[in-house]
Amino acid sequence: MRQVFGNRRAIAFFLAPALLVYIGVIVVPVGWSLVYSVFTGSPASGFAFAGLKNFRALFADPTIPQTLWFTVKYATVLTVGQIVIGYSLALLFKFVLRRSSTFIRTLVFFPVVLPTVAIALLFAQLFAVTPQAGPVDSIIQLFGGHPVDWFVSGSHAFVVIIAMDMWRSVGLFAVILYVGLLDIPEEVIESARIDGASGFSLLRRIILPMSRPIVAAATIFALNADLKVFDSILALNNGGPGTATTPLNLYMFQESFNYDNWGYGSTIALLITGLSLVVTVVVFRSLRRDITKD
Amino acid sequence: MAISSGRVESAVSTRRARVTQARPGRARTVQLSRKTLTRAIIGIILVVEIYPLFWLLTSSLKTQNAFVSQPLWTIPSKLDFGNYASAWTTAHIPSDVINSLIVTVSSVVIILLLGAGAAFALEVLVFKGRGGILFFLVGGLMVPAQLVLLPLFEIYFKLGLNNTLLPMIITYVGQGLPLTVFLMATYFRSVPRELFEACAIDGGGTYRCFFSVALPLVRNGIFTVGMLIFFSVFNDLLVALTFNSKPSLSTIQVGLLNFNGQYGSVAYGPLFAAISIVIFALLILYLFINKQIMRGLTSGAVKG
Repeated sequence: MRQVFGNRRAIAFFLAPALLVYIGVIVVPVGWSLVYSVFTGSPASGFAFAGLKNFRALFADPTIPQTLWFTVKYATVLTVGQIVIGYSLALLFKFVLRRSSTFIRTLVFFPVVLPTVAIALLFAQLFAVTPQAGPVDSIIQLFGGHPVDWFVSGSHAFVVIIAMDMWRSVGLFAVILYVGLLDIPEEVIESARIDGASGFSLLRRIILPMSRPIVAAATIFALNADLKVFDSILALNNGGPGTATTPLNLYMFQESFNYDNWGYGSTIALLITGLSLVVTVVVFRSLRRDITKD
Repeated sequence: MAISSGRVESAVSTRRARVTQARPGRARTVQLSRKTLTRAIIGIILVVEIYPLFWLLTSSLKTQNAFVSQPLWTIPSKLDFGNYASAWTTAHIPSDVINSLIVTVSSVVIILLLGAGAAFALEVLVFKGRGGILFFLVGGLMVPAQLVLLPLFEIYFKLGLNNTLLPMIITYVGQGLPLTVFLMATYFRSVPRELFEACAIDGGGTYRCFFSVALPLVRNGIFTVGMLIFFSVFNDLLVALTFNSKPSLSTIQVGLLNFNGQYGSVAYGPLFAAISIVIFALLILYLFINKQIMRGLTSGAVKG
């Protein structure tokens, strides 16, 4: 037995390839990135040692608070939407449609597998104003409203971004939370019903508390993904107008490749890493405290 | 499960029947309005999910003239398939699809092989420090892609790998490993240890126990993780865009983005056709595998 499970050569055979790739692609570059952050320039233009200049620039750059605020606002609004609408859909699947929910579930999940660029280009056209008013503006006009030029102001573009990313991702959360609801034992719901709980009180006193762990996990998962938004916004409107809807990730990409400043780009990447670490820890702690309180 | 839910439904319906007897009028209105509400909600869901795709399809068949002269929501009076022909050639769709498939399939296969092997070593085999190594590997989940992109760019350039698809594949493998090792380790943990011990007692070596006992036992898990990695690699833009050096190496995502940048504001028809080719090709794939996706999501990973 020990020969089989403690075989050193086999352990190396199974473990070494994964470890080597992981160290080469993740661990070494993370350290390398830290080194970049005290330099300015790029491999093409040459590096110059800069000390803490990039970090000072980070605090002085007016675009940083703006993109940081946009990132946080986007992640908060989208996460709340994903969880609330996702949970509502999950309740609909489980308690209203029951066994006939398969078709709707399959349909709502479909956008999750689609390439983000295709969805973004489709939404850019749905909200278009040229060459003619797009379908969304046509609906607004139908109800007597004024058509909106969606991409000329940051607050209007924000609405389109949230609508697009909700459409793209809500199916994933609906299914994850639906699985959580399936895990609640039928006996618990049954006995609560016999005790007279129904509708809203059943939801509030039995179902919500019992699905709290999965909701917590889904929230952390959603926040982490949403804080790293990049592709959908890049393809929709490239963070415009100006930098009004630019998230940190896109700003980092633009600084590094459009302005050839890898040192500053790496410093922004460090800020992104710190932000997601802090948010994860805070959310994890507050949700865990909630769970132990019950 | 089925029996108990049947019991619940019968219990509920007897209760409902009792209520209906007592107050027939009110109960029927409540029942009726609930049904209408459900129908309305389902109607909204159907419109929100299907209309954009329907509109995409009809728009892709419009002539350039129809785009400029008629409201965008209208259905074309004459179907024009020319958009598909021009999208197919000017958007490099065939080569983009081939690149995407090469990159995605090879990344998924390598990630699964390396990840399952490492998870087997860390969860089933016995040696000092395996907990620490598992923690070290899974810690990679906290590293955002942005932090490693620039150094990798320089490394690949120095190794002379730019102008190939390898930088993308290597990067996806490195980024996919932490999640794969984490999930595969959970699957191996849920297998009763006696099965591995039986294999060892029957004289199977370590490799034999891995390939003929461990892997078949977690094949559902492998399928679920494989699908998860497949779609996240297939739909990635950040890595693909960073390491894209020339149009002939574009993936579908990068190709669509560049096509929109070059022609999107003038050639509406071909743009719609290009998006529509990508979306409806994936719809066909999805119709084939959605049952497995749902099964994978509703069992295993979450329950561990």
